[in-house]
Amino acid sequence: MKEEVAAVGRVWKYGNDINTDVIIPARYLFTTDPAELAAHCMEDLDPSFAGRVQPGDVIVAGRNFGCGSSREHAPVAIRAAGVACVIAVSFARIFYRNAINVGLPILECPEAVEALQDGDQVEVDVAAGTIRRVATGETFQAAPFPPFMQEILRCGGL
Amino acid sequence: MAAPRPMTITEKILAAHAGVPWVEPGQLVEVRVDFLMANDITAPLAIRAFREMGATRVFDPERVAIVLSHFAPSKDIRSADQCKVAREFAREQGLVHYYEMGEGIEHALLPDRGLVLPGELVLGADSHTCTYGAVGCFSTGVGSTDLAYAMATGETWLKVPETLKFVYYNRLQPWVTGKDLILYTIGRISCDGATYKAMEFTGEALADLSMDGRLAMANMAIEAGGKNGIFNPDQRTLDYVARRAQRPCSPVWSDPDAEYAEVYEFDAAQIEPQVALPWSPDNVRPLSQVERVPIDQVFIGSCTNGRLDDLRTAARILRGRRVHPEVRAIVIPASRDIYLQALKEGLIEIFMAAGCVVSASTCGPCLGGHMGVLGKGERCVSTSNRNFVGRMGHPESESYLANPAVAAASAVAGRLCHPEELGIRYEEVAGVA
Ligand code: SF4
Repeated sequence: MKEEVAAVGRVWKYGNDINTDVIIPARYLFTTDPAELAAHCMEDLDPSFAGRVQPGDVIVAGRNFGCGSSREHAPVAIRAAGVACVIAVSFARIFYRNAINVGLPILECPEAVEALQDGDQVEVDVAAGTIRRVATGETFQAAPFPPFMQEILRCGGL
Repeated sequence: MAAPRPMTITEKILAAHAGVPWVEPGQLVEVRVDFLMANDITAPLAIRAFREMGATRVFDPERVAIVLSHFAPSKDIRSADQCKVAREFAREQGLVHYYEMGEGIEHALLPDRGLVLPGELVLGADSHTCTYGAVGCFSTGVGSTDLAYAMATGETWLKVPETLKFVYYNRLQPWVTGKDLILYTIGRISCDGATYKAMEFTGEALADLSMDGRLAMANMAIEAGGKNGIFNPDQRTLDYVARRAQRPCSPVWSDPDAEYAEVYEFDAAQIEPQVALPWSPDNVRPLSQVERVPIDQVFIGSCTNGRLDDLRTAARILRGRRVHPEVRAIVIPASRDIYLQALKEGLIEIFMAAGCVVSASTCGPCLGGHMGVLGKGERCVSTSNRNFVGRMGHPESESYLANPAVAAASAVAGRLCHPEELGIRYEEVAGVA
């Protein structure tokens, strides 16, 4: 679980309203196997993602990340793809709960989303809510999770 | 005991289920649940989480439903295996409300069977669980792990949402349905306009709406990010429930001086049929302002608009007409009960004679599952609730969301179409909107 508290990785930047249908299309919901879901993660939005994402990478997106279907397969797929953290301006409600429950760290930080570019290297300390752009040393502060949610994340989910 | 603050219907239901006299927005509450639901896609994950928690029995086998609706009847071996996991769990746990494939889509079945009732608190592992708010319950979608916890304990935690009040004043215009009101609303507030919030629907225009129309409205609250969508029960609700309820229930209503985070007032007389263009349910325009694009497919069905009212409307438009030769039209009643009634009323015969494909109840094409998946570049008019990239098939296919009358007229015209463009007068189909 180390990379879940302090991650360094590449930024994959996406826009607003990234829905769970593009995070993991329904045509792959015939399985609950995390690795199999990860192989199709973000497929309808960015077909190159699943093949190129590395453990420790970070998804950065705009408003309302994870809207739409309640499929818990979405945060499961992102986590199994190796993504250490999703940083967004805001999250859809069901996705937010699901992410915590499956142990996928998420942070709300509009300033970081505005500044960070696709391909940037960032270091994220989820427990502290800090995000540092490696090239420039700029840091951004997200509101850290309440303690009980941090505890769930530390345990890798409920 | 009188509450020290006036409350909305949502707040009252949460307070009652938390066992406290009152709650206020932002508060975290532990609540008991009245009813739970999972489907063939979300149940397998929930069952795994349930076992990993060390749980062995559901809290009450009469209050947990499993409905096989999405990839059912099974479209391939792997979806058959998922249904099997759900089926075996239902048997092992003795679930009274296990619904086999073909019985229907959960959001049509549960209200129709009187399993979700005014004043109750319902969780479902499906985002459109918000549908049941049409009967005056608090009902929200959760993920599989949250559902598993509730299955084991009969409880969950919730944050009390702020409430947005939507008032639809004046009367509905011809051809305007619950679907149009909710599309209009989502278009106005955007797809995250109600995130974390309750959407309470009120106003004189809604008195005209049938329960089917109200269910269609509440169904799409999630498309604005809403935690729940809810109607205060009126006589129509109570009559609907009285014929079906499988348990006693205690309806509640918003206090007249309850506090709302925001109040939106919409003049129903100014609202015409609406269309959501690709690729979001908030990309909404009035039909009169949408280009009459040619189409490849029409889908009339889903948990939004696969109910009897919807089928009656569509049938009255298709009666004596033919689906355009370049269009495939698919009609899927949302439950077996609806299918049977449509059969008795002769609606199925009208659809078949018009050249539609009619299928057993399933989600089918709504989520690009089976029974009419779209190919590359194809365009569909659909009565369902989502038109995201790839939702109904190929990522380069397009879905336009509309009401059943517009969908049926479009099937005939071969392009997006208002029924009046076919010379159909509203009086010919009226009484069922
Ligand atoms: S009909 Fe569509 S939206 Fe409704 S439950 Fe099925 S897949 Fe979900």
